[in-house]
Amino acid sequence: MELLVFAIFAGLALASALTVVLHRDPVKSTLSLVVTLFSTGVLFVLLGAPFVGVLQVLVYTGAIVVLFLFVVMLLNLQREARRSEPGGSFQKVAAGAGALAFAAFAGIAVWRTSADAEAAELTEAFVGLRGFSEELFERFLLPFEIIGLLLLVAVIAAYVVARRPEPERRLPTPLEKATGEARIDPVGEEAP
Amino acid sequence: MTPQTVASLANLGAFLGILLTVVPLMVWFERRGGALMQDRPGPNRLGPFGLLQPLADVFKFIFKEDVLPKEADRALYLMAPVLAVLPAFSTFVVIPLGPTIEWGGEELRMMVAPVETGVLLLLALASLGVYSLVIAGYASNNKYSLLGSIRASAQMISYELALTLAVVAVLLPVESFRLDLVVEAQIAGIWNIVPQALGFLVFLVAAFAETNRLPFDLPEAESELVAGYHTEYSAMRFASFFMAEYASMTVLSALGATLYFGGWHLPGVDLAALGIWGVVLGAGVLVAKIAVFLFLFVWVRWSFPRFRYDQLMAIGWKGLLPLAILNLLWVAGASLAGWL
Repeated sequence: MELLVFAIFAGLALASALTVVLHRDPVKSTLSLVVTLFSTGVLFVLLGAPFVGVLQVLVYTGAIVVLFLFVVMLLNLQREARRSEPGGSFQKVAAGAGALAFAAFAGIAVWRTSADAEAAELTEAFVGLRGFSEELFERFLLPFEIIGLLLLVAVIAAYVVARRPEPERRLPTPLEKATGEARIDPVGEEAP
Repeated sequence: MTPQTVASLANLGAFLGILLTVVPLMVWFERRGGALMQDRPGPNRLGPFGLLQPLADVFKFIFKEDVLPKEADRALYLMAPVLAVLPAFSTFVVIPLGPTIEWGGEELRMMVAPVETGVLLLLALASLGVYSLVIAGYASNNKYSLLGSIRASAQMISYELALTLAVVAVLLPVESFRLDLVVEAQIAGIWNIVPQALGFLVFLVAAFAETNRLPFDLPEAESELVAGYHTEYSAMRFASFFMAEYASMTVLSALGATLYFGGWHLPGVDLAALGIWGVVLGAGVLVAKIAVFLFLFVWVRWSFPRFRYDQLMAIGWKGLLPLAILNLLWVAGASLAGWL
């Protein structure tokens, strides 16, 4: 039973991960990422780490990828989906480098793992709420806070990059003057 | 099968029974309640008080034409209604229906999934609901649908934060994610609505937003977006979005009752001492509390106009979130001082 669940979700994770990389439509890629992350969450639960699994679904599947999807849908990448010609030389080099990196990681993983290796003991940090929180907020408090700061910097950077140029300066129309509300930035009265 | 498995299956049956009864009843009550407030009869032809109207609606939905838009993304279009129903009908698994009882020397917890992750699992499953809206809007290939789903994703993410923070404040003094322990703590002390009235307010508003109910129904604002993300849907597929909405309203009502109003607790009666009858009675009490919440949902729907989009965002980020954090600070401080 456990093996069956593992087979289903491991297969799903792999297939959807491939779809993320290979599919032309960015929205479909993002949706496949949802399946990948959800399946990984299920695998965590199977491994006896329910908290990590549920947090994976709650944080990644339920929140972060929604934001990805939100951005992808706003960017309207229809051109990308319709493009049929193969990429330029840069893309070929990038794809080659990616494949090489993947092969290297997979090789190291296989090389470092022997078939008769014992699985590491599951520590309290992975199983229970208390152990998990103690690891996160005591032992790894500083990295945790630094990541928070990093994310804040990223948010500010995104805001700066995405900010529209200053809106056109103009006088309010008579209607706006009458109702007392300007539709565009209220530069209003002191403007020439 | 262990006794807990049997208990879980019994709970599954009971909760599905409750949901599948409440959903059609709510369709009826929504229209009759609205009619009552607007001083008109509402659907009153079929059966006593028009109670059989949902049955007629079901037949209508089944026999209506199921339209597939020509330019729609077929697979995603067909998947979206299923994705709407699945989380809505699975989130209840961690809500306790009654007191924990002894059976053959074992403790039987009266919920479908007696897991340590508890309410976290509920939140995780509920957070998947947004995908059905997003996919529905995207797959329909209709600008109104797409606008609806973009609104939906922004709205649900914004309010999920406040909702989660309100829930966290309830869990803090209990030191567990398990909802049965939350109920027991309230029985031993006082219902959470008293010390955490502010948290309840945040929870309630966020719950309205999470279920896309008026005054937060911007993803389907009919006067601007035709019907938002489900504009292109018809027949039973359209109905599944409605079923999902009512089911998640019911589950969030159950969650609200459990977190703030003692769940299955009936003040003055020791249900845990009554054994299996205590569970039955407890389930009845919980259903009654859910009914009060659902009445509130309908009451608010017919009383308030819809918010504007910028107002919606301002309420979520500038209103609810600081209030939720304030509530969390108060609960954390009070717990440290030993008041809770």
